[in-house]
Amino acid sequence: MTDQKIRVLIAKPGLDGHDRGAKVIARALRDDGMEVIYTGLRQTPEMIAEAALQEDVNVVGLSILSGAHNALVPQVIKKLHENGQDNVIVFLGGIIPEDDISALVHQGVTKVYGPGTDTREVCKDIREAVITRVEG
Amino acid sequence: MTLVVADELRKGNRLALSRVLSQVEAGSPAGERALDKLFPFTGKAHKIGITGPPGSGKSTLVNAFARAFRALPHHPRVAIIAVDPTSPFSGGAILGDRVRMLDLQQDTGVFIRSMATRGALGGLSNRTEALSQVFDSAGYAYILIETVGAGQSEVDIVNLAHTTIVVDTPGMGDDIQSIKAGILEIADILVINKADRPGADQSVRYLQNMIEMGYRSNIQRAGKHALLDVSGDPQTDLPQGWLPPVIKTVATEFEGVEAVLQAILRHGSFLRESDLWRAKDEKALRDTMRKMILSGLVDTWREQVSTVLIEEHIRAVVERNESPGAAVRALLSYNQNVKPFSSE
Repeated sequence: MTDQKIRVLIAKPGLDGHDRGAKVIARALRDDGMEVIYTGLRQTPEMIAEAALQEDVNVVGLSILSGAHNALVPQVIKKLHENGQDNVIVFLGGIIPEDDISALVHQGVTKVYGPGTDTREVCKDIREAVITRVEG
Repeated sequence: MTLVVADELRKGNRLALSRVLSQVEAGSPAGERALDKLFPFTGKAHKIGITGPPGSGKSTLVNAFARAFRALPHHPRVAIIAVDPTSPFSGGAILGDRVRMLDLQQDTGVFIRSMATRGALGGLSNRTEALSQVFDSAGYAYILIETVGAGQSEVDIVNLAHTTIVVDTPGMGDDIQSIKAGILEIADILVINKADRPGADQSVRYLQNMIEMGYRSNIQRAGKHALLDVSGDPQTDLPQGWLPPVIKTVATEFEGVEAVLQAILRHGSFLRESDLWRAKDEKALRDTMRKMILSGLVDTWREQVSTVLIEEHIRAVVERNESPGAAVRALLSYNQNVKPFSSE
C-alpha cells in the first residue's frame, strides 16, 4: 500500500520573533491533511536547507516579517539547489512590498502571500503546485 | 534506478538517504526493493527508544543524547527518528520535535527525520522499524527513536529498541501510578527530567522501590516466565540481570546527560554479553514479519472482495438481518473461492 503525503517545512529565517502567522499556516496545512515540519524561529538559510534535505519535503514555506526577504530568500533557494533539491517548491508569506514580488518570483518563489490571506487559498495552491511538479 | 540510489545511500549520499526514507515510509514498490537490497547491511546499529508523557522533555533529551554520542572519541554517526501523532480527522500532522534539536542542525553526522504516526496506535508509525533499517544500513551507529507522548499503554517501542528509556518529571505520579503503569515495566533506564523542580528525589525513590520490587519478582520467576533472561551465577547462585538505573537530568542544562549516556553504553554491553542482543533482534524481526503478514493478508483480501459486496453485508448487519460474525465469516470465506492473481 502506497501512502504519499505532501510534506511541508515551515520555517522562519532571520531575526524577527513573530511566529503567529507561521503557526496559523502550519495548523491550516495540517487540517488540510499535510505533514508539516515546524522548525521554529531564527533559522539561517543553511539550517532551513539542511532540514529540508533531511525531511525530504515537497514544499518549503518561509515566513518573514523583518524586511530582510530580498537577502534571505535567494540564499535559501541557492542552498536548496546546492543540496540537489531543485524540485522543492518555495512559498513566502509575511510583510512583502508589492514591488519586491516579481523579483522574488523570478528567483524561484512560486507565490507570495500577504496579511489577511485565506488559508484555504494557500492549501489549494500548494496541492496544485505539488501535482504540477510531480507530473511535469 | 532504485538500486543505484541504494548504493549512493551506502556511500553516504544524504539526499539519496532522505529519498529512500520517503519511499520506504510510503511503502512504494521502489521503497520495498531498496529495503530488500539494504537489509543484509542491517543489524549493527544500537537502537534506543525514548518514551514518556507529553511535555516531559523527550525531544530536549534526545538532542542532548545525540550531542553526547557525537562527543565520544570515535564520533559515531547518530540518526534520530522523531514520531508525532497524525490528526485522526484530517490525516495531517504537525511535526515539531526539531524545534528542540536546533543545535544539531549544523552537524552533518546527525540526521533527524520526523515521522507522523499515520493512524498507528502504540506510539510509533507502522514504518518506524523500516526507517530504522535504512539508517542502520547507511552506517548510523546509534538510532534514537522518540515516540509520541505516551500514556500507559503505548509500548510498541520495546519490540523495536534494544534499550528503552522512559522519561518522567518530578511529581508526575505516586507509587500507585508507578505500579499500574505499563511503561515502567518496559524501562531499561529511567530518567527523571526537569530534576531541578521540587520532588525529584522523592520521585527517584518511588521509582527505585518499584523497580527493585519488580526485579525481585522477576528473579523469582526466572527460568520460566521472566521477561528478563536472568542466568545463574555459579558463585552466589543468584541470577544476574539488568537493574534499571534511575537517573536525574536537567536536559536544558545538559545535567545528568553523561550519566544516561554511560548507562546506555553499559546496557548495550550487557545485551551483547548476555546474548540478549540477538534475542531482541529476533523478537523485533518476528514482530515485524507478523505485522507485515497481517497487513498483506488484509490488502490481498481487499483486492479480491468488491466494495459492493462488503456494503451489502454491512446493510444486512445494520438491518439486523445478519450478525456481524456471520457477515465477516461470509466475507472471509468468499475470498477462498476466488483464484488469486487471476486476471480474467
